[in-house]
Parts: sequence; C-alpha cells; structure tokens
Amino acid sequence: MGRAKDALVAGLLLLARKRKRRLWPGQRERLVPPAADNPGSELLAALLFLAAAACAVAFIVVYVLDRLPAHNQLLGLSIGLACLFVAAGLIVTAKRLIVTEELEDDYPAAEHRDEQETIVQLVADTGFSRRRFLKLGLLAAGGALTAAILTPIASLGPAIDMARFYATPWRRGRRLVDEHGRPYKASDIEEKTLYTAFAEGSDKEQLGSAVVIVRLPKNRLNLPAGNSGYAADGIVAYSKICTHAGCAISLYRYPLFQPSEPTPALVCPCHYSTFDPAAGGKVTFGPAGRKLPMLPLKIAPNGELRAGGNFDSAVGPSWWGVRSKRPT
Amino acid sequence: MKRLLVIGLLGLAMPAAAAGAGDVQLGYHLFGQYCVACHGVAGSGIAPGRRRLAPSLQGVGALAADFYLRTGYMPLQHVGMQPHRKRVFFDENQLQGLIAYVASLGPGPKVPKPHPERGNLSEGLHLFTENCAGCHQVVAEGGYVTGALPPPLKEATPTQIAEAIRIGPYVMPHFSTKALSPSQVNSIVRYVEYAKHPDDRGGWAIGHVGPIPEGLVTWFLGMTVLVGLCIVLGRRLRHG
Repeated sequence: MGRAKDALVAGLLLLARKRKRRLWPGQRERLVPPAADNPGSELLAALLFLAAAACAVAFIVVYVLDRLPAHNQLLGLSIGLACLFVAAGLIVTAKRLIVTEELEDDYPAAEHRDEQETIVQLVADTGFSRRRFLKLGLLAAGGALTAAILTPIASLGPAIDMARFYATPWRRGRRLVDEHGRPYKASDIEEKTLYTAFAEGSDKEQLGSAVVIVRLPKNRLNLPAGNSGYAADGIVAYSKICTHAGCAISLYRYPLFQPSEPTPALVCPCHYSTFDPAAGGKVTFGPAGRKLPMLPLKIAPNGELRAGGNFDSAVGPSWWGVRSKRPT
Repeated sequence: MKRLLVIGLLGLAMPAAAAGAGDVQLGYHLFGQYCVACHGVAGSGIAPGRRRLAPSLQGVGALAADFYLRTGYMPLQHVGMQPHRKRVFFDENQLQGLIAYVASLGPGPKVPKPHPERGNLSEGLHLFTENCAGCHQVVAEGGYVTGALPPPLKEATPTQIAEAIRIGPYVMPHFSTKALSPSQVNSIVRYVEYAKHPDDRGGWAIGHVGPIPEGLVTWFLGMTVLVGLCIVLGRRLRHG
C-alpha cells in the first residue's frame, strides 16, 4: 500500500515539475524559431477538447440511461457537439498554435544533362506528346460522359421497342378481381366510391393491369361516341395509371349534393390531373395531356364484371407517338 | 310575419312520431328558424320557391345530423361553399333536439359508436393508406383535391370519423358497411387517434407534411450552415 502511494506521488511530481529544455544527444538545433507564447489560445484549444470529451461522455451516459425523454435527440446532440468541439479545437490548434514557416528551395542543377536529353529525344521520336495524350483523354472522357447523359433520351421516343408499352393483360371476357384475387360482381359496386381492380391472373405490377371502377347514375353518363357501350349498368372502368406521370389515381371526388358541389372526378394525387369519369375520362384540370384510357365492361350472366375488350387508348404516362396505336 | 307563416306551414308537415332522447318539438322550431330556408319544409330538399339549394334530409338519420351540427359544418354561411369546422352553433339541448327532429324525418342510420380500443393499429394504417391517405395524407394532416380542401383530422372525434366515413361529406367518397365494416372502421379510428400524436423518433416533425418542408430544411438550413462553415474554415489566418 505504502509503495503504491509513493509511486503515485512520484509520478505526479514527475508530471508537474517544470521541464527544462534540453537537447537530447543527436538532436539538432531547431529550424523554425519557437512560437511566441500564446497562453490564451492554448487554453481555448484545451477547453474545446475538454468540452468534446464531456460531450462524448454525455453520449455514453445518455446511451446507458436509455429511457430519457427525447432520447434520440440527446444522443444526436451529444455526439454531434463532441465532433463539433473536436473540429473547433483542431482549427484553433492549427491556426494559432502550430508554428508555420514557408521555406523556398531552388531547383537543383541538372545532374545528368546528357541522359535527360537522350530520353527527351527518344520520347519525341516516338511521336508521343504529353499534351496530345491529355487532350485525347479529355476528349474521350467528355465524349463518353456526354453520350451517357444523352442516351436516356432514347426512352422518350419510339426508337427501339415500343410494343411492350402497348401491351396490357386485358382481353375480352377477362374477370376484374380485387387485390386478393376475388372477382368483383356488378352488385358489389356502389355509387359514390371507388374500387381498384386488376386483370385476373395478371402481374399486379404491370402498368396495364390496374383499373379503377366507379358507378355513376346512368342518366349522368355522357360518354363520347367512341366509348358508347363501354359502360355496364352505369359502371365504368378506367386505367388506374395517370397519363401524365404514371402515378396511381387514388382520389375520387364525389359530391354529396350534385347541384352546388364539384362534379364527380378521378384525381391523381401527384399533380392533380382531374378526369371526368362520366365523359370517357376526359381531362378537366391539371397537366395530363390525354384522356384516361377506358376499359369496356360487360356483366356476365352470373353477375361478375368482365372486360369487354382492351383499353381504348394506350395506358401509362405519355410518350412520343402514344396515340399512333391501340393497346394490344 | 313571414317566419310565422313558415312555421305555420311547417306545422302541417310536422311528423307525428318522434324518436330519440332529444326534444323533437324544440328541434322542429330550430329547424324552422335555421335550416328550412335551404333544406325545405320537413327537410324535403325543396326550398321555398321550389329551388333545390341543399340535399334532402329525409332518411339521412341522426348520424348525418350529429356529424354536421357537432362539427359546426351547419348552419352553412352561404349555399355552395365547402363546410369547414367552426364553433358549434347550438347548445347541447338544442343539438339533441335538432338531431332528434332530423332523425324523425325518415328511417335512417343512428349515431355510430366506434370502439377504437377494439381496432387494430396496423390494419388501421393499411386501410387508411388505401382509402383515406390519398386526400387526407398518411398522418391525417389534410391536403388538396381539385375543387375542395380535405380537412386535417386533428380535431375529429372518433364518432365524427366514423360518421364521415359513412356520409362522405362534401366531395368525399362514401363507404358503406359493405366497403368498410364497423370493425375496420374501429381500426381506422384507432389509427387516426394515433396519428394525432405520432411517435416522432426523429424529433422535429416539420408539420408531418412530407418531403417538401424536409427538403426546404435540408437546403436552406443545412446548406446555409455548411456553406457558412466552409467560408469560416477557408478564411486566411489573420495575425494579431
């Protein structure tokens, strides 16, 4: 016990005693003159590092205590402040305490003049030039990068294979099923609300599969000539994919009191493209450039809803030439 | 004089049978005073002068009356505007009377009694996302739809949420018991109650309205601080 105490005191004394600057054997005189004494900055840096240490300890404490109000925020705050203090301390140290001096040296005289000249001559003879090489590299990098940036433009137009954009799983007689695969019956479809359906047996992720079904009073339907016969007993179905940017149409505006409120409409939540379900999916508001594709419906003898054919126009966001073909 | 005439006319249409706890007689008088100008005699939907200004109230039941009166949606300031949540216009006694009177106009649904404690939170989130979040936002903060403003649901009571699902006020779609069963409504109500005080693990929720304010914070707060730091770090050391 006594010996340990002696050792501790001796250690403390060793640390505390004022050290005299002495050159070790073999140590040279310093090149840069010692910095002017800067006790303020030293103290500041030390305090900043201590603050960093305190914050880091606080992080550990918060972590161990676990159930504090605003626990996550305290964790973030303590570790963040710790980093901040370390950075501040380092900045102070670098700018105020570390001695800097700019030294300049002349280029040494060439030692092997003849050999160097030979090598320069050799390189010149091969026709290789550093400047040309640099130009070539820049050109290659710039050209390839530009090409890479411009390539996706191909997706805008019917340059390669457009057939799959027109493909949908809908065929005459295909049943409309809900997300669990249960077929919809015409009697399931009520007014004033919207249903999402898929082509039976299709991949639900396929753009052409999802449709929205709504029922409107038959006397309010005002389908254009091209869509006559598309509705079944007042039930109409449209592609669920907005023709503007391809979002899913999930908003159905249905007035409680028709005379004084906005008319029924299918609305896309992304950019508020608004389509009139009573008029074949005509755009009534928003950025969509073409009508919502309409799916013809039939009611089977057992009451199930079935497709009467394919959509009247291509589904999904528009592209160049989207109107040139009917979906397949 | 004119009001007296209206009340006199109403007397002829006064339904004999009355149901509910409220004072139907009181409700009848209040109806004549505040509602008949738009909803018409006995809530027929045909206003004086044979104009159709407002929906018929025959058969809407206590459910709709309870919802519209207790949210302050009715009486409406002028015809055609979207009703907004306001101070409730009537006192409790008058409310009960009016609700009982509207319920007596025709057979209709009763005021629902949702039990959010029986609901399932994760099912509620799923149903809310599927059916409601398109307009009301996923944390029920309200949003936009062309032609109307879906309200935030912070002040909606469980009963009012259950009522609104069945009514579809203004341009909201309506959901029958076939589309959303009472137990599914319980789950939705439970989720909406949860969404009123969501567990914000990240701290500052910035209004719970999603990526736009989050982006603004990132760009304008975060980037300003970072650029400021860069300027401070890059400044040349001044001796002195």
